[in-house]
Amino acid sequence: MMRTLLFYVLLIISAFLLFFPVLFAILASFLSSAALHSGDYIPKNISFENYVQAFTSVPLLKFLMNSFIVSFSVMVGQLILCSLAAYALVFIPFKGRHFFFFLILSTMLVPWEATMIPNYITVLNLGWLNTYQGLTVPFFAIAFGIFLLRQHFLTIPRELHESAQMDGCSRFRFFASFVIPLSRPVLIALGIYGFLTTWNMYLWPLLATSNENVRTVQIGIKMMIAQEASTSWNMVMAGVVIILLPTLLLLFFGLNYLKRGLMSGALKG
Amino acid sequence: MRPQPSITGGKDDLGISALRKRQKQRRLFMEGILYLSPALLILGVFLFYPMIKTLYYSFFITNPRGMTLSFVGFEHYARLLTSSQFLQSMKATFLFVLYTVPTGILLALYLAVIANEKLKGMAFFRVIFSSTLGVSVAAGATIWLFLFHPSIGVINYGLQMLGLSSIPWLTSSTWALFSVALTTVWMNVGFNFIILLGGLQNISEELYESARIDGAGYWSQLFKITIPMLSPTLFFVIVVTLINAFQTFGQIDILTGGGPAEATNLIVYAIYKDAFIHSRFGYASAQAIILFILVLFFTIMQFKVGEKKVHYQ
Repeated sequence: MMRTLLFYVLLIISAFLLFFPVLFAILASFLSSAALHSGDYIPKNISFENYVQAFTSVPLLKFLMNSFIVSFSVMVGQLILCSLAAYALVFIPFKGRHFFFFLILSTMLVPWEATMIPNYITVLNLGWLNTYQGLTVPFFAIAFGIFLLRQHFLTIPRELHESAQMDGCSRFRFFASFVIPLSRPVLIALGIYGFLTTWNMYLWPLLATSNENVRTVQIGIKMMIAQEASTSWNMVMAGVVIILLPTLLLLFFGLNYLKRGLMSGALKG
Repeated sequence: MRPQPSITGGKDDLGISALRKRQKQRRLFMEGILYLSPALLILGVFLFYPMIKTLYYSFFITNPRGMTLSFVGFEHYARLLTSSQFLQSMKATFLFVLYTVPTGILLALYLAVIANEKLKGMAFFRVIFSSTLGVSVAAGATIWLFLFHPSIGVINYGLQMLGLSSIPWLTSSTWALFSVALTTVWMNVGFNFIILLGGLQNISEELYESARIDGAGYWSQLFKITIPMLSPTLFFVIVVTLINAFQTFGQIDILTGGGPAEATNLIVYAIYKDAFIHSRFGYASAQAIILFILVLFFTIMQFKVGEKKVHYQ
């Protein structure tokens, strides 16, 4: 059929153009400097030399560890703080909860960059520059996460809560053994979201770190450009591929969770 | 503290139940706050407080540790409005929004429409189209820095192969903003695509079936059903892309450093330079307040306009 063929042609051309930058980065990471300079883009033999060099040029392994620790901590922190807050907003009928809900939502109107100067000074005064807590604690609570979980918690039947209370189930036990297990997909979606956005964060790690102790890979790649770009772009591309790999893999395997979780949160309620 | 009602007086049934109710309410309030407090503490210390503090700083000259030295009132704002550097930064920011928002959304819409067909192997194309969601700003910008490279960049290599002349992507002040915008559109595609595809998949198949029975072709289905039904999702994507465009930083830092000749000195980069390179916290805070007002204005305007124009199911 002509129509099907036409769509395949469009799909293939679009996919190639869109993925070309990443493909070319992967290709370049296997080329020698000489080949890159002469435009000889067909690799003659696969060599991992650029990757080995990338790990020795800057402390890439240390940066990867740091990124992992920071992203994982923010993910866990967000899951705990946001689900506790959303639980209070949905299941504890206290006066003023609507006020608090709108107060939390209003933070979505504040661009984070507009607050970075006082935040830098706060972290400086706490002695948190170049520490993991300086990179993680400010991001433990996000309005988006609280909103997403609240929307999901609203779909949990009221009767379940009432009958659990009749049976003498404490508020915290109801949270831990009913609400959390019932919200697994949306919690996974929020977890992936939190991990990805923290892993990819750039401006804050640039401000809050000045040495290699807790610096993340995103800043590591900037250091690599400064040191190596004039001579060995192939090695910089190897570095790029290394830092892309974790998030691309997470995205490919978690895409459906992410999509379903975010969509269900946006539609229900 | 609320005054406790006296319990020693004549306590009738009504008084006791009112008292119990009040006690229960107080207990519930304490409990609610207990669960909310960790999140409120973080949002308070790292969002509400710094927002007010930014406003406060914008009226002062400070030292590099954030201590206010002298009150200058609206002087920073007055200086900004007459500073050619700041006006250039605003102009670049708005041009950047204009370059990235419509193109980014049209491109993602096109991809979502062709990826919504029921064809074999579509899962593969969907993964490819959403892949830039997993590309960090630093990695994406580094790849494009390499592609744009004046001598070994593959884009200029391709142009030369076609017999065209090379383009000074990042080194000419007429091209640099365009090149940064191109990089940004590419980086935004993944997120926009996923959201728009989700919106397309939520449109009921029955609508298309009845349209086909009425003899509607592909294009008339696209413009009479798909686009109107998708408008809430499109609206959401426009708001997010617009706000993101105002907050652009990483790609500027890696690709151009705000240059050449300040052509790409977008507002967040200008704030960063004034605050953390020149240590002018007060002056930078005044710009941060302007950024805040801009984002607030566009968010509210979008919601006001959107409410009227957007079709909700």
